[in-house]
Amino acid sequence: MVDQAKLKELEKIAHRIRCDIIWTLAHAQSGHPGGSLSATDFGVALYFYAVKHDCKDCCWPERDRVVFSKGHASPLIFSLLAESGYIERDELKTFRQFGSRLQGHPNLECAGIEVGTGSLGQGLSIAVGMALGLRMDGKPNRVYCVMGDGENQEGSTWEAIMSAGHYKLDNLCAVLDSNRLQIDGWVEDVMGLQPIAEKWRAFRWHVIEIDGHDMAQCVEAFDQAKQVKGQPTVIIANTVKGKGVSWMEDVAEWHGKAPKPDRCRDALNELACPAEYFDF
Amino acid sequence: MTEKKAIATRDAYGEALVELAAEDERIVVLGADLTGSTRTLWFAQKYPDRFFDFGIAEQNMLNAAAGLSLVGKIPWVSTYAVFVAGRAWEQIRTTTCYSNLNVKIGGAHGGISVGPDGATHQALEDVAIMRVLPNMIVIVPADYHETKKAVAWACKHVGPVYVRFGREPVPVVTKPEDPFIMGKANLIHDGNDVTIANNGPTLREAMEAVEMLKEKGISARLLNIHTVKPIDRKAIAKAARETGAIVTVEEHQVMGGFGSAVAEAVVQTHPVPMRFIGIQDRFGESGTPEELFEEFGLTAKHIVAAVEEVLKAKNLTS
Repeated sequence: MVDQAKLKELEKIAHRIRCDIIWTLAHAQSGHPGGSLSATDFGVALYFYAVKHDCKDCCWPERDRVVFSKGHASPLIFSLLAESGYIERDELKTFRQFGSRLQGHPNLECAGIEVGTGSLGQGLSIAVGMALGLRMDGKPNRVYCVMGDGENQEGSTWEAIMSAGHYKLDNLCAVLDSNRLQIDGWVEDVMGLQPIAEKWRAFRWHVIEIDGHDMAQCVEAFDQAKQVKGQPTVIIANTVKGKGVSWMEDVAEWHGKAPKPDRCRDALNELACPAEYFDF
Repeated sequence: MTEKKAIATRDAYGEALVELAAEDERIVVLGADLTGSTRTLWFAQKYPDRFFDFGIAEQNMLNAAAGLSLVGKIPWVSTYAVFVAGRAWEQIRTTTCYSNLNVKIGGAHGGISVGPDGATHQALEDVAIMRVLPNMIVIVPADYHETKKAVAWACKHVGPVYVRFGREPVPVVTKPEDPFIMGKANLIHDGNDVTIANNGPTLREAMEAVEMLKEKGISARLLNIHTVKPIDRKAIAKAARETGAIVTVEEHQVMGGFGSAVAEAVVQTHPVPMRFIGIQDRFGESGTPEELFEEFGLTAKHIVAAVEEVLKAKNLTS
């Protein structure tokens, strides 16, 4: 059991990260808010609880690996890296701008990024290779892959799921940000995937389903995944796209569109972000 | 041409992997259900713990290789060139090449000489779609020795490499002591009237063409250019300047492949008339390699005809 103080700390970080995401988008006036806000809580549990890493040495061989298959959540990813100390928080202001290390979708220019992602359906395969390689060398490091639910529509994702089950990669943990929305609308309307948990189970994965906005559940899910032997684990995090900003919640329109500065101020006000976030 | 021992370049690849694996334990091999015909089975039998079959699922295999490279391995992925370069192209582009990862791609069954399997399995576009990718190096070895050197070189190089292999045995025409320098053409035969620039196992046809041209009183220079990318601009410019006409030879579509790479170098250095031996914007079909070489215009006789044609163009412009 995680103590309450740690949970409170993680929740505070998650709040700061949400402010960072809106602030980053306000400066860039471009980017993806919806899927960044939905993945924030388990993303924080991942970076500040589950993962072994060192912001002073991004190449530390003993680190766990995180592959953000949903690379479009770059406002979240870079905010997590800033909060971790890989980059200066001020650098978030350069997101998506010419010459910035913080590209529209993350690449290796930015410290703390393991591999360039953004083309959906690719990340889990990369994570499978990492997990195989680490296991070959007898290393205890774990590999995490953060995926969108929509990218379960990619055939290559199922190839990766199949191979991880086949190779019994218990050092691999996928987190599915199940916010149920994709650009064209509800996932179930665009190309239905339910029952998703049964599908992953049928491919020989251990499945944990959680409320992806409940920090205690997020933390416990990562703990539980570490105990699973002989098969990989997927945490299906049931989330709300745009979580934390009422008018973005469950609205597909906010998948890949940054709010105008006034709307960003509204969002920051609703989140009760500190005054320093209003500098645009 | 005197008959020499014939070995398929895929056999040399299979041998090379086994030999190199003994020297470097980082080498791992990934296959997609074609381990016998890609000759990676030899590696799999010798090093079962370092071989991973990914089943008939090439896209996943490519990115799993990317993941293996990110934890320090030197992965070779192998299947037929159509499937590895074609099916998994976007994985190669966006993951391996964009992040400049140390992934080695062995494309087997390149070219029309695949024979009876027909068009679906004859890769005629792979070189074009690989060479267009930033960070990618593209090599098509001509024979046994060149293949072994190319594979060994690729293992030492840090970054993505595509190496293409053929199914059919081809005469061993290079020597073990011949230099293999990535990006550098090898002068096989010197000449003044025209240059034949060859890429890959068609080298035997090009060599025969040189002999046939000699009998006609035409002095042809033969360059064997194993590396399509980066192309040897210097050797090509020199050949253009000194011989005034170039014919390229490849077992691949003439659009976008080796001939195009040579043409890009020629027009930017010393423009001269060119002709292109290769597949002329068609799909392949079933047949013996010999029948297909005849039908698709890849034999020594066709090279000679192209040389005669390019010489007419050269004489018109000079």
